[in-house]
Amino acid sequence: MIRLSMAGTGAILLDAAMGPFDAATQRRIWAAARALGGAPSVVQAVPGVNNLLVTFDALHTEPDAVEQMIRQAWTAAAAEEIPAREVEIPVTYGGAFGEDLALVAKHAGLSEEATIAAHLAGRYSVAAIGAMAGFAYMTGLDPRLAVPRRDTPRLSVECGAVVVGGGQAGVMPCTAPSGWHIIGRTTLPLFDPHRPDPGFLRIGDTVRFTRVA
Amino acid sequence: MIEILANSALNTIQDRGRPRAMTLGVARGGAMDMLALACGNMVLGNEPDAAGIEIAFFPFRLRFLDDRAFAVTGARGPVRLDGVDLPPDWAMIARAGQTLHCDAPTEGCRTYVTIAGGIDVPLVLGARSTDLKGGFGGLEGRALQKGDRLPCGMPATPGIPPHGYGLAVRCPMPDADATRVRVLPAAEYDDFTAEARHAFFQTAWRLTPSANRTGYRLEGTPLAQQRPLNLFSHGIVPGTVQVPPAGQPIVQMADANTCGGYPKIATIIESDLRLLAQTRVNGRIRFVETTRADAIAALRTEARDQARRADAFAHLRHMLIPA
Repeated sequence: MIRLSMAGTGAILLDAAMGPFDAATQRRIWAAARALGGAPSVVQAVPGVNNLLVTFDALHTEPDAVEQMIRQAWTAAAAEEIPAREVEIPVTYGGAFGEDLALVAKHAGLSEEATIAAHLAGRYSVAAIGAMAGFAYMTGLDPRLAVPRRDTPRLSVECGAVVVGGGQAGVMPCTAPSGWHIIGRTTLPLFDPHRPDPGFLRIGDTVRFTRVA
Repeated sequence: MIEILANSALNTIQDRGRPRAMTLGVARGGAMDMLALACGNMVLGNEPDAAGIEIAFFPFRLRFLDDRAFAVTGARGPVRLDGVDLPPDWAMIARAGQTLHCDAPTEGCRTYVTIAGGIDVPLVLGARSTDLKGGFGGLEGRALQKGDRLPCGMPATPGIPPHGYGLAVRCPMPDADATRVRVLPAAEYDDFTAEARHAFFQTAWRLTPSANRTGYRLEGTPLAQQRPLNLFSHGIVPGTVQVPPAGQPIVQMADANTCGGYPKIATIIESDLRLLAQTRVNGRIRFVETTRADAIAALRTEARDQARRADAFAHLRHMLIPA
């Protein structure tokens, strides 16, 4: 069952998580987000990981009406198959660009080369965009590489850092604090507010990492 | 055109932010004290979405390079135009070459300087706000520096009374003993222990020096959960009160991350978040439980008061400015 909760006066969080991450639930989240995002009273419908935040203008819209609309959208939403775009991200692994590669390898019980191979072998799916401009939460990480996040986040992780954390993969679109582990670096620009489509990655994208020699 | 005469990593161009860019992962941003910015724009007859300067680091100085109406709102402190003291929440006309000087406030901590016509930097993703983390918006995506010259837009109204005028009823500031902010319980409220829920409302939380536009870290009685929660990343809004494992709350502010993973005990209501934004480091904060109906009523009261003030100032301009 879904759970709805208040997130202040002008936002409602729909939580559909039941235990581990569920890909079908995520596709349903995308469908509900698409339906709600077009509603006039909704400001934004923001997919999270097996959840959805809906913001609205509380001055002109009754929260009860928004709650009802969310429940209806969820009931009507079918697991949406977004036409998968295939995206490649070139990565330089290890060395100065991957200061946590040894730590991740040790956790996985693999050599550094085998750890890189495991990361390269993955076929990832962009579940949600958030935290910072253009950051994609990617599912599909080899469970052996699922190192828990750092107890204390680094205050600054470089733009382009290829990271893993809490069973997910990601790439830093800007220099910002992060508790995820750094295994490589890409030079691909992931966010440009001046492009018509500012984010390089979109929800539903299939992502592969390739190795730069 | 105005010229900035003082460096700071904390003073930025802000407007009402980017509430429709969350799905890109972009922070809402905008003025930490939206009401103070709105009042500054209103007295000048600016559009409500005009950009101004948010000052959190003092002393701040700027020079007018041409004749301009301006206003200073928000935190209260010594404000001088060429050495002449200005009343609080005041708007007037500066002549080319005059210098505006804002010293450290005695009440509140964020001051807003608005300019007739607004600061005319390019719109990025629908707003002129500086997004420091993303490095875009405002002036080149960064804080203001000495020597920056800021273009100003065309004033929307003929002007303001020559000797200026000001707000008679000020925007509320935090109480001296503690900032009281109303909160709504959030998703994980019931996952905290009964003691933690009690302590949340009984503690006079201290605002630690880890306080910036992204978030405020508070210190007080550690808040325990009944069992550890492992949440998936989910959308969060400014005002969200998160409790990381150590039990000390973090309040998300204007430049909040759009997603987070820590349990949320409550959300500060929109109308009261500006009071926290005006609370100084080491100040005390008390959370007061409210209802959704009361929170909406507070929003409506604020909107109605603001509309009345706007009407009153439009009337004053009409009466006081020679045709």
